Amino acid sequence: MRTPIFLIIWLVIAAAVFAGAVAFGNDYVFFAGYVVLQYVVLSTAWNILGGYCGYVNFGSAAFFALGAYSTVAIYKFYPLPIVLLLFIGGAVSGVVGLGMGYLTLRLRGAFFAIATLALAVVMETLVVNWDYVGGSRGAYIIRPEEIEPIGNYIRYLFLIMILLAVAAITIARLIEHSRLGYGFATIRDDELAAEASGVPTLRLKLIATTISGALMGMAGAPFPYYIGYLQPSSTFGLDYAVNSIAMPLIGGTTSWVGPLIGALLLGSLQQIATVTISSAVNLLIVGCLLVGFVIVAPNGIVGLVHKYLQRKPDDFVGRRKVETDAPGIVP
Amino acid sequence: MTDLLRIDNLGKRFGGFIALENISLAVPAGERLGLIGPNGSGKSTLVNCICGTLHNEQGTVYFDGRSVDGLAAHQRTRMGLSRSFQLPRPFVSLSLLDNIRIPLLYAVAARGAHGSTADIEARCIDLLCEVGLDAKARRLPRDLTQVEMRKLELARAMAAEPKLLIADEAMAGLTHSEIEDILALLVRLNERGVTIVLIEHIMRAVMSFSRRLVVLVSGKKIADGRPDEVMRNPEVERAYLG
Repeated sequence: MRTPIFLIIWLVIAAAVFAGAVAFGNDYVFFAGYVVLQYVVLSTAWNILGGYCGYVNFGSAAFFALGAYSTVAIYKFYPLPIVLLLFIGGAVSGVVGLGMGYLTLRLRGAFFAIATLALAVVMETLVVNWDYVGGSRGAYIIRPEEIEPIGNYIRYLFLIMILLAVAAITIARLIEHSRLGYGFATIRDDELAAEASGVPTLRLKLIATTISGALMGMAGAPFPYYIGYLQPSSTFGLDYAVNSIAMPLIGGTTSWVGPLIGALLLGSLQQIATVTISSAVNLLIVGCLLVGFVIVAPNGIVGLVHKYLQRKPDDFVGRRKVETDAPGIVP
Repeated sequence: MTDLLRIDNLGKRFGGFIALENISLAVPAGERLGLIGPNGSGKSTLVNCICGTLHNEQGTVYFDGRSVDGLAAHQRTRMGLSRSFQLPRPFVSLSLLDNIRIPLLYAVAARGAHGSTADIEARCIDLLCEVGLDAKARRLPRDLTQVEMRKLELARAMAAEPKLLIADEAMAGLTHSEIEDILALLVRLNERGVTIVLIEHIMRAVMSFSRRLVVLVSGKKIADGRPDEVMRNPEVERAYLG
Protein backbone atom coordinates (compact mmCIF):
# COMPACT_ATOMS: atom_id res chain seq x y z
CA MET A 1 0.00 0.00 0.00
CA ARG A 2 1.34 3.42 -0.95
CA THR A 3 2.05 5.86 1.86
CA PRO A 4 -0.52 8.55 0.87
CA ILE A 5 -3.28 5.92 0.79
CA PHE A 6 -2.08 4.53 4.15
CA LEU A 7 -2.13 8.04 5.58
CA ILE A 8 -5.61 8.78 4.25
CA ILE A 9 -6.97 5.51 5.70
CA TRP A 10 -5.53 6.33 9.12
CA LEU A 11 -6.80 9.89 8.99
CA VAL A 12 -10.27 8.49 8.29
CA ILE A 13 -9.87 6.09 11.23
CA ALA A 14 -8.67 8.98 13.42
CA ALA A 15 -11.68 11.07 12.38
CA ALA A 16 -13.98 8.16 13.16
CA VAL A 17 -12.38 7.66 16.60
CA PHE A 18 -12.69 11.38 17.36
CA ALA A 19 -16.30 11.43 16.24
CA GLY A 20 -16.98 8.32 18.33
CA ALA A 21 -15.45 9.92 21.41
CA VAL A 22 -17.54 13.07 20.88
CA ALA A 23 -20.66 10.95 20.45
CA PHE A 24 -19.86 9.13 23.72
CA GLY A 25 -20.51 12.43 25.42
CA ASN A 26 -18.11 12.03 28.36
CA ASP A 27 -14.92 14.08 28.49
CA TYR A 28 -13.17 11.39 30.50
CA VAL A 29 -12.88 9.42 27.24
CA PHE A 30 -10.70 12.24 25.91
CA PHE A 31 -8.55 12.31 29.07
CA ALA A 32 -8.01 8.55 28.98
CA GLY A 33 -7.69 8.43 25.18
CA TYR A 34 -5.05 11.15 25.22
CA VAL A 35 -2.80 9.03 27.46
CA VAL A 36 -3.27 5.93 25.29
CA LEU A 37 -2.47 7.91 22.14
CA GLN A 38 0.52 9.50 23.84
CA TYR A 39 1.84 5.98 24.44
CA VAL A 40 1.18 5.08 20.80
CA VAL A 41 3.53 7.93 19.81
CA LEU A 42 6.10 7.11 22.51
CA SER A 43 6.24 3.40 21.79
CA THR A 44 6.34 3.96 18.01
CA ALA A 45 9.20 6.44 18.52
CA TRP A 46 11.04 4.04 20.84
CA ASN A 47 10.62 1.26 18.30
CA ILE A 48 12.39 3.22 15.55
CA LEU A 49 15.61 2.98 17.54
CA GLY A 50 14.94 -0.02 19.80
CA GLY A 51 12.99 -2.27 17.47
CA TYR A 52 14.28 -1.40 14.01
CA CYS A 53 17.94 -0.84 15.00
CA GLY A 54 18.10 -3.01 18.13
CA TYR A 55 19.35 -0.19 20.38
CA VAL A 56 17.44 -0.27 23.67
CA ASN A 57 16.75 3.23 24.92
CA PHE A 58 15.96 3.53 28.64
CA GLY A 59 15.86 7.32 28.41
CA SER A 60 12.45 7.77 26.77
CA ALA A 61 11.30 9.82 29.75
CA ALA A 62 14.13 12.31 29.15
CA PHE A 63 13.06 12.99 25.56
CA PHE A 64 9.42 13.17 26.56
CA ALA A 65 10.25 15.57 29.39
CA LEU A 66 12.41 17.70 27.11
CA GLY A 67 9.42 18.23 24.86
CA ALA A 68 7.26 19.06 27.88
CA TYR A 69 9.77 21.47 29.43
CA SER A 70 10.38 23.16 26.07
CA THR A 71 6.68 24.00 26.14
CA VAL A 72 6.94 25.32 29.73
CA ALA A 73 10.01 27.45 28.89
CA ILE A 74 8.34 28.98 25.84
CA TYR A 75 5.02 29.39 27.63
CA LYS A 76 6.73 31.47 30.32
CA PHE A 77 8.46 33.57 27.69
CA TYR A 78 5.62 33.95 25.19
CA PRO A 79 2.73 31.47 24.83
CA LEU A 80 2.62 30.04 21.33
CA PRO A 81 0.02 27.82 19.65
CA ILE A 82 0.38 24.16 20.59
CA VAL A 83 1.07 23.10 17.01
CA LEU A 84 4.17 25.32 17.00
CA LEU A 85 5.20 24.04 20.44
CA LEU A 86 4.92 20.53 19.08
CA PHE A 87 7.55 21.25 16.44
CA ILE A 88 9.78 23.15 18.87
CA GLY A 89 9.63 20.29 21.40
CA GLY A 90 10.35 17.84 18.60
CA ALA A 91 13.31 19.91 17.40
CA VAL A 92 14.82 20.20 20.90
CA SER A 93 14.46 16.49 21.60
CA GLY A 94 15.65 15.63 18.10
CA VAL A 95 18.83 17.65 18.61
CA VAL A 96 19.40 16.00 22.01
CA GLY A 97 18.74 12.62 20.36
CA LEU A 98 21.36 13.43 17.73
CA GLY A 99 23.79 14.47 20.47
CA MET A 100 23.09 11.32 22.45
CA GLY A 101 23.61 9.23 19.32
CA TYR A 102 26.89 10.99 18.63
CA LEU A 103 28.16 10.49 22.18
CA THR A 104 27.13 6.85 22.36
CA LEU A 105 28.04 5.78 18.84
CA ARG A 106 30.54 3.22 20.01
CA LEU A 107 28.32 1.75 22.73
CA ARG A 108 26.20 -1.29 22.15
CA GLY A 109 23.82 -3.51 24.08
CA ALA A 110 23.65 -2.97 27.83
CA PHE A 111 26.24 -0.17 27.67
CA PHE A 112 24.06 1.88 25.32
CA ALA A 113 21.01 1.22 27.50
CA ILE A 114 22.87 2.40 30.62
CA ALA A 115 24.06 5.53 28.81
CA THR A 116 20.49 6.44 27.88
CA LEU A 117 19.40 5.88 31.45
CA ALA A 118 22.19 8.18 32.58
CA LEU A 119 20.94 10.80 30.10
CA ALA A 120 17.53 10.75 31.81
CA VAL A 121 19.15 11.25 35.22
CA VAL A 122 21.31 14.13 33.93
CA MET A 123 18.32 15.82 32.29
CA GLU A 124 16.19 15.49 35.40
CA THR A 125 18.97 16.99 37.53
CA LEU A 126 19.25 19.92 35.12
CA VAL A 127 15.51 20.56 35.18
CA VAL A 128 15.30 20.25 38.99
CA ASN A 129 17.94 22.96 39.23
CA TRP A 130 16.47 25.22 36.55
CA ASP A 131 14.25 27.74 38.33
CA TYR A 132 12.92 29.33 35.16
CA VAL A 133 10.86 26.19 34.40
CA GLY A 134 9.85 25.74 38.05
CA GLY A 135 12.75 23.60 39.27
CA SER A 136 11.78 20.98 41.81
CA ARG A 137 8.63 22.96 42.73
CA GLY A 138 7.11 22.35 39.33
CA ALA A 139 5.35 24.73 36.96
CA TYR A 140 1.71 25.58 36.30
CA ILE A 141 0.27 25.98 32.86
CA ILE A 142 -3.13 27.61 32.65
CA ARG A 143 -4.87 26.13 29.68
CA PRO A 144 -7.91 27.73 28.06
CA GLU A 145 -11.26 26.21 29.00
CA GLU A 146 -12.51 25.97 25.46
CA ILE A 147 -11.30 26.34 21.93
CA GLU A 148 -13.53 27.10 18.97
CA PRO A 149 -14.98 25.21 17.13
CA ILE A 150 -13.91 22.01 18.94
CA GLY A 151 -15.22 22.84 22.40
CA ASN A 152 -13.53 21.67 25.58
CA TYR A 153 -9.74 22.11 25.42
CA ILE A 154 -9.11 18.43 26.24
CA ARG A 155 -10.84 17.55 22.98
CA TYR A 156 -8.38 19.78 21.16
CA LEU A 157 -5.44 18.05 22.91
CA PHE A 158 -6.92 14.67 22.06
CA LEU A 159 -7.26 15.71 18.42
CA ILE A 160 -3.65 16.88 18.33
CA MET A 161 -2.43 13.65 19.89
CA ILE A 162 -4.44 11.45 17.54
CA LEU A 163 -3.01 13.33 14.55
CA LEU A 164 0.47 12.98 16.02
CA ALA A 165 -0.13 9.24 16.48
CA VAL A 166 -1.18 8.95 12.83
CA ALA A 167 1.93 10.88 11.80
CA ALA A 168 4.16 8.67 13.98
CA ILE A 169 2.87 5.36 12.62
CA THR A 170 3.02 6.71 9.05
CA ILE A 171 6.65 7.74 9.57
CA ALA A 172 7.45 4.36 11.14
CA ARG A 173 5.83 2.46 8.28
CA LEU A 174 7.53 4.66 5.71
CA ILE A 175 10.91 3.95 7.32
CA GLU A 176 10.18 0.23 7.59
CA HIS A 177 9.48 -0.13 3.88
CA SER A 178 12.27 2.12 2.69
CA ARG A 179 15.98 1.75 2.05
CA LEU A 180 16.46 3.28 5.50
CA GLY A 181 14.39 0.50 7.05
CA TYR A 182 16.51 -2.17 5.39
CA GLY A 183 19.59 -0.39 6.72
CA PHE A 184 18.13 -0.26 10.24
CA ALA A 185 17.36 -4.00 10.07
CA THR A 186 20.96 -4.80 9.15
CA ILE A 187 22.18 -2.77 12.14
CA ARG A 188 19.87 -4.79 14.37
CA ASP A 189 21.05 -8.11 12.91
CA ASP A 190 24.80 -7.61 12.48
CA GLU A 191 26.61 -4.28 12.31
CA LEU A 192 29.85 -5.74 11.04
CA ALA A 193 28.11 -7.48 8.15
CA ALA A 194 26.10 -4.31 7.52
CA GLU A 195 29.27 -2.23 7.14
CA ALA A 196 30.72 -4.92 4.87
CA SER A 197 27.59 -4.60 2.71
CA GLY A 198 28.07 -0.86 2.31
CA VAL A 199 25.62 0.30 4.99
CA PRO A 200 26.82 3.49 6.77
CA THR A 201 25.85 2.20 10.20
CA LEU A 202 27.00 5.22 12.22
CA ARG A 203 25.04 7.67 10.06
CA LEU A 204 21.92 5.51 10.18
CA LYS A 205 22.14 5.24 13.96
CA LEU A 206 22.29 9.03 14.19
CA ILE A 207 19.23 9.29 11.95
CA ALA A 208 17.40 6.77 14.17
CA THR A 209 18.27 8.52 17.44
CA THR A 210 17.22 11.88 15.97
CA ILE A 211 13.86 10.70 14.58
CA SER A 212 13.10 8.68 17.70
CA GLY A 213 14.03 11.55 20.03
CA ALA A 214 12.07 14.10 18.00
CA LEU A 215 8.88 12.03 18.06
CA MET A 216 9.19 11.48 21.81
CA GLY A 217 9.66 15.23 22.29
CA MET A 218 6.59 15.90 20.18
CA ALA A 219 4.62 13.51 22.38
CA GLY A 220 5.76 15.48 25.43
CA ALA A 221 5.16 18.99 24.07
CA PRO A 222 1.37 19.17 24.71
CA PHE A 223 1.70 17.36 28.06
CA PRO A 224 1.91 20.50 30.27
CA TYR A 225 -1.42 21.64 28.81
CA TYR A 226 -2.90 18.22 29.55
CA ILE A 227 -1.60 17.88 33.10
CA GLY A 228 -1.79 21.57 34.09
CA TYR A 229 0.95 21.19 36.70
CA LEU A 230 4.30 19.83 35.56
CA GLN A 231 6.88 18.54 38.00
CA PRO A 232 10.15 16.71 37.32
CA SER A 233 9.34 13.58 39.35
CA SER A 234 6.24 12.81 37.26
CA THR A 235 7.56 13.99 33.89
CA PHE A 236 10.75 11.95 34.20
CA GLY A 237 8.74 9.12 35.79
CA LEU A 238 9.49 5.45 35.43
CA ASP A 239 6.12 4.92 33.72
CA TYR A 240 7.27 6.55 30.48
CA ALA A 241 10.54 4.64 30.27
CA VAL A 242 8.98 1.29 31.15
CA ASN A 243 5.85 1.67 29.04
CA SER A 244 7.64 2.85 25.93
CA ILE A 245 9.80 -0.29 26.09
CA ALA A 246 7.14 -2.76 27.23
CA MET A 247 4.50 -1.74 24.69
CA PRO A 248 6.61 -2.48 21.56
CA LEU A 249 7.96 -5.66 23.17
CA ILE A 250 4.46 -6.93 23.84
CA GLY A 251 3.14 -5.83 20.44
CA GLY A 252 6.23 -6.86 18.47
CA THR A 253 9.28 -4.80 17.60
CA THR A 254 10.00 -5.59 13.96
CA SER A 255 6.99 -3.82 12.52
CA TRP A 256 5.14 -0.52 12.96
CA VAL A 257 2.02 -2.50 13.93
CA GLY A 258 3.65 -3.95 17.07
CA PRO A 259 4.02 -0.74 19.10
CA LEU A 260 0.53 0.34 18.00
CA ILE A 261 -1.05 -2.90 19.22
CA GLY A 262 1.05 -2.90 22.40
CA ALA A 263 0.22 0.71 23.23
CA LEU A 264 -3.51 0.29 22.55
CA LEU A 265 -3.65 -2.91 24.58
CA LEU A 266 -1.49 -1.89 27.54
CA GLY A 267 -2.54 1.75 27.53
CA SER A 268 -6.24 0.82 27.60
CA LEU A 269 -5.68 -1.82 30.30
CA GLN A 270 -3.88 0.76 32.44
CA GLN A 271 -6.67 3.28 32.00
CA ILE A 272 -9.26 0.68 32.96
CA ALA A 273 -7.14 -0.33 35.98
CA THR A 274 -6.78 3.32 36.98
CA VAL A 275 -10.54 3.84 37.25
CA THR A 276 -11.47 0.40 38.54
CA ILE A 277 -8.58 -0.44 40.90
CA SER A 278 -5.79 2.14 41.22
CA SER A 279 -3.15 3.77 39.06
CA ALA A 280 -0.62 2.12 41.40
CA VAL A 281 -1.22 -1.25 39.72
CA ASN A 282 -0.30 0.06 36.26
CA LEU A 283 3.36 -0.93 36.43
CA LEU A 284 2.37 -4.28 37.95
CA ILE A 285 0.18 -4.96 34.92
CA VAL A 286 3.04 -4.03 32.59
CA GLY A 287 5.49 -6.24 34.51
CA CYS A 288 3.20 -9.28 34.55
CA LEU A 289 2.34 -8.95 30.86
CA LEU A 290 5.97 -8.44 29.93
CA VAL A 291 7.07 -11.57 31.80
CA GLY A 292 4.21 -13.51 30.23
CA PHE A 293 5.05 -12.38 26.71
CA VAL A 294 8.77 -12.98 27.11
CA ILE A 295 7.95 -16.61 28.01
CA VAL A 296 5.06 -17.30 25.65
CA ALA A 297 5.67 -14.95 22.71
CA PRO A 298 9.15 -13.42 22.74
CA ASN A 299 8.46 -11.76 19.40
CA GLY A 300 5.27 -10.15 20.66
CA ILE A 301 1.78 -10.35 19.23
CA VAL A 302 3.00 -9.62 15.69
CA GLY A 303 5.51 -12.45 16.06
CA LEU A 304 2.71 -14.81 17.10
CA VAL A 305 0.69 -13.83 14.03
CA HIS A 306 3.73 -14.33 11.76
CA LYS A 307 4.31 -17.73 13.32
CA TYR A 308 0.74 -18.67 12.50
CA LEU A 309 1.01 -17.33 8.95
CA GLN A 310 4.27 -19.22 8.37
CA ARG A 311 2.28 -22.41 8.50
CA LYS A 312 0.42 -21.21 5.42
CA PRO A 313 1.89 -21.86 1.97
CA ASP A 314 2.03 -18.25 0.83
CA ASP A 315 3.41 -16.77 3.95
CA PHE A 316 5.13 -13.77 5.36
CA VAL A 317 8.80 -14.18 6.01
CA GLY A 318 10.50 -12.16 8.69
CA ARG A 319 9.66 -8.52 8.76
CA ARG A 320 8.16 -8.10 5.31
CA LYS A 321 6.46 -10.09 2.66
CA VAL A 322 8.78 -10.92 -0.21
CA GLU A 323 6.90 -9.78 -3.22
CA THR A 324 8.15 -11.50 -6.32
CA ASP A 325 6.63 -13.58 -9.03
CA ALA A 326 9.89 -14.07 -10.87
CA PRO A 327 10.47 -17.49 -12.40
CA GLY A 328 12.51 -19.91 -10.36
CA ILE A 329 11.05 -18.83 -7.04
CA VAL A 330 9.39 -21.70 -5.27
CA PRO A 331 7.29 -20.73 -2.25
CA MET B 1 48.75 -5.15 -14.96
CA THR B 2 48.11 -2.34 -12.48
CA ASP B 3 47.86 -3.12 -8.79
CA LEU B 4 44.30 -3.11 -7.59
CA LEU B 5 45.36 -3.61 -3.97
CA ARG B 6 48.70 -2.54 -2.55
CA ILE B 7 49.78 -2.83 1.06
CA ASP B 8 52.93 -1.06 2.23
CA ASN B 9 54.59 -2.04 5.51
CA LEU B 10 51.33 -2.74 7.27
CA GLY B 11 51.51 -3.30 11.01
CA LYS B 12 48.87 -4.07 13.63
CA ARG B 13 49.20 -4.61 17.37
CA PHE B 14 46.74 -5.72 20.00
CA GLY B 15 48.32 -4.29 23.15
CA GLY B 16 51.71 -5.96 23.43
CA PHE B 17 50.88 -8.63 20.85
CA ILE B 18 52.14 -7.94 17.34
CA ALA B 19 49.50 -9.36 15.01
CA LEU B 20 50.99 -8.09 11.75
CA GLU B 21 54.48 -6.83 11.12
CA ASN B 22 55.65 -4.97 8.01
CA ILE B 23 53.36 -6.73 5.58
CA SER B 24 53.78 -5.55 2.00
CA LEU B 25 51.73 -6.98 -0.79
CA ALA B 26 50.62 -6.01 -4.26
CA VAL B 27 47.60 -7.64 -5.90
CA PRO B 28 47.14 -6.85 -9.60
CA ALA B 29 43.67 -6.61 -11.11
CA GLY B 30 42.33 -10.00 -12.18
CA GLU B 31 44.61 -11.93 -9.81
CA ARG B 32 43.67 -15.19 -8.07
CA LEU B 33 45.63 -14.97 -4.86
CA GLY B 34 45.70 -17.61 -2.16
CA LEU B 35 46.54 -16.51 1.37
CA ILE B 36 47.50 -19.27 3.76
CA GLY B 37 49.00 -19.62 7.19
CA PRO B 38 48.47 -21.53 10.40
CA ASN B 39 45.84 -20.45 12.92
CA GLY B 40 46.84 -17.20 14.56
CA SER B 41 49.16 -16.21 11.74
CA GLY B 42 47.28 -12.94 11.12
CA LYS B 43 45.26 -13.76 8.00
CA SER B 44 41.93 -12.55 9.32
CA THR B 45 43.58 -9.52 10.95
CA LEU B 46 45.09 -8.63 7.57
CA VAL B 47 41.67 -8.96 5.91
CA ASN B 48 40.12 -6.83 8.64
CA CYS B 49 42.76 -4.15 8.09
CA ILE B 50 42.26 -4.22 4.32
CA CYS B 51 38.46 -4.02 4.64
CA GLY B 52 38.41 -1.35 7.35
CA THR B 53 37.00 -3.47 10.17
CA LEU B 54 40.28 -2.83 11.99
CA HIS B 55 42.54 0.15 11.53
CA ASN B 56 46.24 -0.42 11.00
CA GLU B 57 48.60 1.58 13.20
CA GLN B 58 51.44 1.32 10.73
CA GLY B 59 51.71 1.28 6.96
CA THR B 60 49.21 2.11 4.23
CA VAL B 61 46.57 0.23 2.30
CA TYR B 62 45.96 1.41 -1.27
CA PHE B 63 42.93 0.29 -3.22
CA ASP B 64 42.40 1.21 -6.83
CA GLY B 65 45.29 3.67 -6.65
CA ARG B 66 44.00 5.49 -3.57
CA SER B 67 44.90 5.23 0.11
CA VAL B 68 41.96 3.84 2.05
CA ASP B 69 43.48 4.38 5.49
CA GLY B 70 40.94 6.08 7.71
CA LEU B 71 38.00 5.12 5.52
CA ALA B 72 35.17 3.21 7.18
CA ALA B 73 34.40 -0.35 6.09
CA HIS B 74 31.25 0.69 4.22
CA GLN B 75 33.19 3.30 2.24
CA ARG B 76 35.70 0.65 1.15
CA THR B 77 32.84 -1.67 0.15
CA ARG B 78 31.39 1.11 -1.94
CA MET B 79 34.77 1.51 -3.66
CA GLY B 80 34.58 -2.13 -4.72
CA LEU B 81 36.32 -3.96 -1.91
CA SER B 82 34.08 -6.75 -0.71
CA ARG B 83 34.51 -9.65 1.66
CA SER B 84 32.83 -12.76 2.94
CA PHE B 85 33.22 -13.68 6.59
CA GLN B 86 34.93 -16.72 8.01
CA LEU B 87 31.81 -17.52 10.01
CA PRO B 88 28.72 -16.62 7.95
CA ARG B 89 27.03 -13.48 9.28
CA PRO B 90 23.66 -13.33 7.55
CA PHE B 91 21.03 -10.74 8.40
CA VAL B 92 18.90 -13.18 10.34
CA SER B 93 15.62 -11.29 10.28
CA LEU B 94 15.72 -10.72 6.53
CA SER B 95 14.86 -13.20 3.80
CA LEU B 96 17.63 -14.41 1.50
CA LEU B 97 16.35 -12.04 -1.15
CA ASP B 98 16.60 -9.10 1.24
CA ASN B 99 20.05 -10.20 2.38
CA ILE B 100 21.20 -9.84 -1.22
CA ARG B 101 19.24 -6.64 -1.67
CA ILE B 102 21.25 -4.75 0.99
CA PRO B 103 24.55 -4.38 -0.91
CA LEU B 104 22.59 -3.45 -4.04
CA LEU B 105 20.70 -0.75 -2.15
CA TYR B 106 23.72 0.66 -0.37
CA ALA B 107 27.03 -0.25 -2.02
CA VAL B 108 26.00 -0.36 -5.67
CA ALA B 109 23.55 2.55 -5.44
CA ALA B 110 26.27 4.70 -3.83
CA ARG B 111 28.23 4.41 -7.09
CA GLY B 112 25.34 6.05 -8.90
CA ALA B 113 23.81 2.87 -10.30
CA HIS B 114 20.21 3.45 -9.23
CA GLY B 115 18.05 0.61 -10.50
CA SER B 116 14.30 0.37 -10.19
CA THR B 117 12.83 -1.89 -7.51
CA ALA B 118 12.10 -4.48 -10.21
CA ASP B 119 15.68 -4.29 -11.53
CA ILE B 120 17.11 -4.78 -8.04
CA GLU B 121 14.75 -7.67 -7.39
CA ALA B 122 15.75 -9.31 -10.68
CA ARG B 123 19.42 -8.87 -9.86
CA CYS B 124 18.90 -10.45 -6.41
CA ILE B 125 17.23 -13.45 -8.00
CA ASP B 126 20.02 -13.76 -10.58
CA LEU B 127 22.59 -13.84 -7.80
CA LEU B 128 20.63 -16.39 -5.81
CA CYS B 129 20.29 -18.53 -8.96
CA GLU B 130 24.03 -18.29 -9.44
CA VAL B 131 24.69 -19.81 -6.02
CA GLY B 132 21.77 -22.22 -6.29
CA LEU B 133 19.64 -20.65 -3.57
CA ASP B 134 16.80 -19.32 -5.71
CA ALA B 135 14.45 -22.00 -4.40
CA LYS B 136 14.87 -20.58 -0.91
CA ALA B 137 14.73 -16.89 -1.82
CA ARG B 138 11.82 -16.28 0.49
CA ARG B 139 13.21 -18.22 3.40
CA LEU B 140 15.10 -16.89 6.37
CA PRO B 141 18.80 -17.73 6.82
CA ARG B 142 17.93 -20.04 9.73
CA ASP B 143 16.44 -22.47 7.19
CA LEU B 144 19.79 -22.90 5.41
CA THR B 145 22.37 -25.65 5.73
CA GLN B 146 26.02 -24.86 6.42
CA VAL B 147 27.00 -24.90 2.73
CA GLU B 148 23.98 -22.81 1.80
CA MET B 149 24.91 -20.30 4.47
CA ARG B 150 28.38 -19.98 2.95
CA LYS B 151 26.87 -19.60 -0.52
CA LEU B 152 24.61 -16.84 0.80
CA GLU B 153 27.65 -15.15 2.31
CA LEU B 154 29.40 -15.25 -1.05
CA ALA B 155 26.31 -14.12 -2.94
CA ARG B 156 25.97 -11.11 -0.63
CA ALA B 157 29.61 -10.21 -1.17
CA MET B 158 29.11 -10.60 -4.93
CA ALA B 159 26.01 -8.39 -4.82
CA ALA B 160 28.23 -5.43 -3.90
CA GLU B 161 29.66 -5.81 -7.43
CA PRO B 162 33.23 -5.81 -6.15
CA LYS B 163 36.45 -5.27 -8.00
CA LEU B 164 38.18 -7.29 -5.29
CA LEU B 165 36.52 -10.08 -3.35
CA ILE B 166 38.16 -11.51 -0.25
CA ALA B 167 36.76 -14.95 0.57
CA ASP B 168 37.72 -15.74 4.15
CA GLU B 169 37.61 -19.52 4.65
CA ALA B 170 34.55 -19.87 2.47
CA MET B 171 34.99 -23.65 2.27
CA ALA B 172 35.58 -24.58 5.90
CA GLY B 173 33.58 -27.62 6.93
CA LEU B 174 32.31 -28.42 3.45
CA THR B 175 32.36 -31.74 1.62
CA HIS B 176 34.43 -32.39 -1.51
CA SER B 177 31.58 -31.69 -3.92
CA GLU B 178 30.52 -28.60 -1.99
CA ILE B 179 34.11 -27.28 -2.19
CA GLU B 180 34.03 -27.90 -5.95
CA ASP B 181 30.80 -25.86 -6.15
CA ILE B 182 32.31 -22.90 -4.32
CA LEU B 183 35.56 -23.08 -6.33
CA ALA B 184 33.64 -23.13 -9.60
CA LEU B 185 31.72 -20.08 -8.42
CA LEU B 186 34.90 -18.19 -7.56
CA VAL B 187 36.51 -19.12 -10.89
CA ARG B 188 33.45 -17.88 -12.78
CA LEU B 189 33.61 -14.64 -10.84
CA ASN B 190 37.30 -14.23 -11.58
CA GLU B 191 36.68 -14.85 -15.27
CA ARG B 192 34.34 -11.89 -15.20
CA GLY B 193 37.21 -9.71 -14.05
CA VAL B 194 36.82 -9.80 -10.27
CA THR B 195 40.12 -10.07 -8.43
CA ILE B 196 39.92 -12.73 -5.75
CA VAL B 197 41.87 -13.26 -2.56
CA LEU B 198 41.15 -16.70 -1.16
CA ILE B 199 42.01 -17.39 2.46
CA GLU B 200 41.78 -21.07 3.10
CA HIS B 201 43.13 -23.97 5.11
CA ILE B 202 42.06 -26.60 2.57
CA MET B 203 45.27 -26.87 0.57
CA ARG B 204 43.72 -28.80 -2.32
CA ALA B 205 41.29 -25.95 -2.90
CA VAL B 206 43.96 -23.27 -2.54
CA MET B 207 46.37 -25.04 -4.89
CA SER B 208 43.76 -25.63 -7.58
CA PHE B 209 42.41 -22.08 -7.42
CA SER B 210 45.39 -19.81 -6.82
CA ARG B 211 47.80 -18.50 -9.42
CA ARG B 212 49.83 -16.99 -6.65
CA LEU B 213 50.28 -17.90 -3.02
CA VAL B 214 51.20 -15.79 -0.02
CA VAL B 215 52.11 -17.38 3.31
CA LEU B 216 51.79 -15.64 6.67
CA VAL B 217 53.32 -16.97 9.84
CA SER B 218 53.18 -15.16 13.18
CA GLY B 219 52.16 -11.92 11.52
CA LYS B 220 54.98 -11.95 8.97
CA LYS B 221 54.95 -12.72 5.28
CA ILE B 222 57.37 -15.58 4.74
CA ALA B 223 56.66 -16.48 1.12
CA ASP B 224 55.04 -15.00 -1.97
CA GLY B 225 55.08 -16.60 -5.40
CA ARG B 226 53.71 -19.33 -7.64
CA PRO B 227 51.92 -22.02 -5.58
CA ASP B 228 54.27 -24.86 -6.58
CA GLU B 229 57.33 -22.75 -5.76
CA VAL B 230 55.92 -21.60 -2.45
CA MET B 231 55.08 -25.13 -1.38
CA ARG B 232 58.67 -26.18 -2.03
CA ASN B 233 59.98 -23.32 0.11
CA PRO B 234 61.70 -24.94 3.14
CA GLU B 235 60.58 -22.16 5.46
CA VAL B 236 56.95 -22.72 4.46
CA GLU B 237 57.31 -26.46 4.87
CA ARG B 238 58.79 -26.00 8.30
CA ALA B 239 56.41 -23.31 9.56
CA TYR B 240 53.16 -24.27 7.94
CA LEU B 241 53.16 -27.82 6.69
CA GLY B 242 55.21 -29.25 9.53
